[in-house]
Amino acid sequence: MNEKPEKLIDKKGLRLDGRKPDELRPIKMEVGVISNANGSAYIEWGKNKIVAAVYGPREVHPKHLALQDSTVLKCRYHMASFSVQERKSPAPSRREIELSKVIRESLEPAIFMEYYPRTMIDVFIEVLQADGGTRCASITAASLALADSGIPMRDLVVACAAGKIENTVVLDLFDTEDKVGSADVPVAMMPNLNAITLLQMDGILTYEEFEKAVNMAIEGCKTVYAVQKEALKAKYVTVKGEEESQEEEVEE
Amino acid sequence: MSVITKVKRRQIEQLIEKNSRLDGRGPLEYREMKLEQGLIERAEGSARVLLGKTEVVVGTKIETGEPFPDTPNEGVLTVNAELVPFASPGYEPGPPDENSIELARIVDRGIRESKMIDTEKLVIEPGKKVFVVFVDVYVLNYDGNLIDASALAAVAALSNTKMPKYEIEEGEIKIKSGYEQLPLRKHPITVTCAKIGNKLLVDPWLEEEQVMDARISFAIDDDGNICAIQKGGSGFLEPSQVFEAAKIAKEKAKELRKKVNW
Repeated sequence: MNEKPEKLIDKKGLRLDGRKPDELRPIKMEVGVISNANGSAYIEWGKNKIVAAVYGPREVHPKHLALQDSTVLKCRYHMASFSVQERKSPAPSRREIELSKVIRESLEPAIFMEYYPRTMIDVFIEVLQADGGTRCASITAASLALADSGIPMRDLVVACAAGKIENTVVLDLFDTEDKVGSADVPVAMMPNLNAITLLQMDGILTYEEFEKAVNMAIEGCKTVYAVQKEALKAKYVTVKGEEESQEEEVEE
Repeated sequence: MSVITKVKRRQIEQLIEKNSRLDGRGPLEYREMKLEQGLIERAEGSARVLLGKTEVVVGTKIETGEPFPDTPNEGVLTVNAELVPFASPGYEPGPPDENSIELARIVDRGIRESKMIDTEKLVIEPGKKVFVVFVDVYVLNYDGNLIDASALAAVAALSNTKMPKYEIEEGEIKIKSGYEQLPLRKHPITVTCAKIGNKLLVDPWLEEEQVMDARISFAIDDDGNICAIQKGGSGFLEPSQVFEAAKIAKEKAKELRKKVNW
């Protein structure tokens, strides 16, 4: 077990990993990482390493779940046994089942569900390494994977958390801050629609702190949104580049 | 959404525009709430809550067990929820599904994050033996807003819970006769708002839950602080609606608190 740190913020106002209160961890995303899937994305958010992949729209299984006027979105959030300090049993925990549900509900508002009646869309999320804030990173990657699969969406869904450590409201808590700190507020949203699609909280906050944390998380979401869009564009720039070079070969 | 629910949704939306609801309530009005404590003598604590026609019974049991390795100096809280098959035509017997797991975890978070139970007083031998508090939520009739009813019943059952007295004789734990009160610090109250169209209303009943866009629940502690939140449902809320819902929850929690004398 890691020892609990005594202070989460030093005298200069910096956090354990050297960040300022409103600073995000480094974030990298890549789209189209699983060749078998219809859409996929990989995200590195601090030490979090997560893969999300989408299959569908495809035949509903089991059949009785099919809806006449809408597709069915299924979502599985799963943590690899080696993703955390102590080995996690690979059987889905109650936490994973709850997270699968809230992640699904955070993605549904973005999808034009009525375009694909009697079908099912599967979203699979595998957390390879966890360091706090996996649900936010998972949602961000999953919506990229959905976009990559070509499913029509109202906007990308992007997520980021804010929280409170030692009486300071901070952005994007990592594992130790989440465990030792006093509150964590994950927020998922569609920035262009100003729509919050996931909001959870645990800890203790006054109303004023809560409002500050949500607003800080929304700002965080907007920053991550820019990275997300770039990642999506990057894939298609490469594809276009490949096509052009092939055309040149033909011409030659 | 079936054709019938679409029609119903339009009707509900039109009513909300006039600040009214299908069952005649105002948007920020709870259904009649009844609370009864200590109805199950075999349980260490128990409570029954009726919220309109929604009925929930919560029983608590206390056993000795091992603490979690990362909290050797704290007792253990375990919350479980059972959606009893007769509570709704849609419920089926079997292992807990995502809805019952989510319900249990929302109730759990309210109790845990408000630090309601003084878990340090549940330690018998640090790192080795502690009291484990089991809170089991049984939904007997589902007519909407299980979250508020279950959270209220769970807190009521805990405040009614007796802890066994014990002494340590030659390293052995001996349970003595007699009981003492479970050490409690807070009484969190959970308030759920449903969003239908662009309006918020509290305590959604079944027909409103079937057509709502989203719901958001806040657990509020004795000092009016927020200690847990959960958004649910396949729709979204605007940031201003989230803040409005938080303010409504704070007000409503105060009102409910007066009613139950916590």
